[in-house]
Amino acid sequence: MTGDITNYVFEAMPHFEGYVYPNEATPQPLWSVLIVLYPYITGLVAGAFIMASLVRVFNVRALEPVYRLSLLTAFAFLLCAPLPLLFHLGHPERCFEVMMTPHLTSPMAIFGFVYAWYLMAVLLLELWFDYRADFVRWSTLTPGLRGVLYRLFTVGVMDVSEPAVKLDHKLGHILSIVGIPSAFLLHGYVGFIFGSVKANPWWGNVLMPIIFIMSAVVSGIALCVFNYMVLSWIRRKTIDMKCLDIMCMFLFYALVMDAAIEALDWIHRVYSAEEGFQVMQYMAREKLFYTLNLGQATFGTAVPLLLLGSLQLLRKYVPELGRRRMYFSSAVLILCGVLAMRWNVVIGGQLFSKSLRGVMSYKMEFAGLEGWFMGAVLLVLPFVILTVFVKLFLSEQLPTSSLPAEGGDGESNNFGRAHGGPIAALPVGSGRD
Amino acid sequence: MSKQVSRRNLLGKIGAALAGVATLPLARTAKAAVQKVLVSTPAPKGYDPTRHKWVMAIDANRCIGCGLCAEACKTENHVPDGPFYRTWIERYVITKPKPGSGASRGETFVDCPNGGMHGFPELPVPKSEIQHSFFVPKLCNLCEHSACVQVCPVGATFDSPDGAVLIDPKYCIGCGFCIQACPYGCRFLNPVTKTAEKCTLCYHRITRGLKPACVEVCPTQARVFGDLKNPVPDDPIQQFYQNNKVQALKPHLGTDPRVFYAGIDKEVR
Repeated sequence: MTGDITNYVFEAMPHFEGYVYPNEATPQPLWSVLIVLYPYITGLVAGAFIMASLVRVFNVRALEPVYRLSLLTAFAFLLCAPLPLLFHLGHPERCFEVMMTPHLTSPMAIFGFVYAWYLMAVLLLELWFDYRADFVRWSTLTPGLRGVLYRLFTVGVMDVSEPAVKLDHKLGHILSIVGIPSAFLLHGYVGFIFGSVKANPWWGNVLMPIIFIMSAVVSGIALCVFNYMVLSWIRRKTIDMKCLDIMCMFLFYALVMDAAIEALDWIHRVYSAEEGFQVMQYMAREKLFYTLNLGQATFGTAVPLLLLGSLQLLRKYVPELGRRRMYFSSAVLILCGVLAMRWNVVIGGQLFSKSLRGVMSYKMEFAGLEGWFMGAVLLVLPFVILTVFVKLFLSEQLPTSSLPAEGGDGESNNFGRAHGGPIAALPVGSGRD
Repeated sequence: MSKQVSRRNLLGKIGAALAGVATLPLARTAKAAVQKVLVSTPAPKGYDPTRHKWVMAIDANRCIGCGLCAEACKTENHVPDGPFYRTWIERYVITKPKPGSGASRGETFVDCPNGGMHGFPELPVPKSEIQHSFFVPKLCNLCEHSACVQVCPVGATFDSPDGAVLIDPKYCIGCGFCIQACPYGCRFLNPVTKTAEKCTLCYHRITRGLKPACVEVCPTQARVFGDLKNPVPDDPIQQFYQNNKVQALKPHLGTDPRVFYAGIDKEVR
């Protein structure tokens, strides 16, 4: 009886046009909003780490104020990266099978290992080497539970002699170098999960891992810009304009690369017009019109390209406040644009039938595991974790150690390393954007 | 200075390599034995999958679209109601070209209401305008190089030596990757068990000497089933191969389907 009613409801609400395989005629796609968030969050991790590597590996000194903030951002988001994947599984209790008995030809099987490697071997260790000397100092300066916490974080290694600290920096540097290919691996591999599906002409594409890596770098840097500006505003600190300018310069060039590769992908698709091109054309014109043409291409790519590009040429003529506003809006637009891109890839790839004869519709629910609410919670969660991290590890009351190997003047707001004195003593300014 | 390679050293290495090669078949047998213990299939005790090679073939010329096969499959395999099918029947209607259009044929309509389980409604176009109309039963294509097996992150879906592509429901984590990877739309996520599911050729039946439910009920013998390793006199599957020029679905994807079709059109995908 229930089955009959279900069938009637299915027939009463046509949510597909043309012919779709009967197994595809489900009310919502198999991979929905949770799987949209999974590559989005993973991409933010990879991008934020690349941002931090600019300081550590490529020695871009101007970016030092955001070094630690970027690493903590990557860490907070990395902790949340597997959650959507896990929640989405039909049997989450069997998730460890992926690591215990991996099937090595599966692109998904390696995720557990790549994730564990990146979390344990790269990010966690790099953070620890970077913070160890500070932990030792803070554990003596801070009373109560917080002091105990810092003492715990030192894992008993209390040696802060110069050679020990130098060794920390050296190891951190090596980890950073290892971290860059690891970050690319982490996200390129996520791209490969989709790129390897040859059954789906929207996904099965050799450029997919590269597109994912580039969009990850873009979104990660944009997130760091966003976090830096918001944190400065919350703490009423002056924004280091030199740092912000350079950060957004990198953001611009990464966006140029990203846009070029995605454009190349589309040019190739349109020119070769292989099997399934008609249905893809229909998708771009109808089903994904808003998220693809407006969300991803116009507001997510073209407008920030214009804003950031014009600032590369005319930076001298734009006052600081104007620049800050343009940077902030570009970062927010890019963050939304990359989210739209993930949506277009994941949902777009499931809105047409593999028979290439029909398309489905998808209306997101509010409640439920795959609804708006859950999606919002999973997007906010990393920010909550990041807030805790910022309270603990970027505290305004605690002094940070200077780097013997690195210089810098530490003149302004600093969420990387202060060189010497406590951050609380830094000038309070009008960084409101 | 490069290290000197002594004769003894070299011989030792060659010996080790030979020993490695010699133990390969042993390792393979051991792996198969372990798999047999680990994997749960509905086959009876004593069934030896290496002694069979099951296959199905479809003669679309014979299919009348009655839908009995799809219905029998749902019942036999307890497939839940709703858009979940291990097998289904598609109806193709190709119209004549409009006079003077210069085209070789008109439009193609495809439908499959309820998997074709209860037959099909009236044709969407008048009979006089139809160039071709035919039914195509669909099922797991039993690919030689299955995309679904390749992508399963835990190896819950696997190629059985007897030709069936099976899923271990106690092992499947329900990630849905295989469903995305199957080009033929043959898989679905069972809403009750939360695991992936597909046609198993009625594994519980064929391993006991019975035919799959769909083959059993087909009134026109459009579905042909057989064991390639144990041909019987007047074997229907061998006759099918001899009497028909066949094609497989989506051959360009390199999945090498083992289910062959006779009497289908280029529009079928």
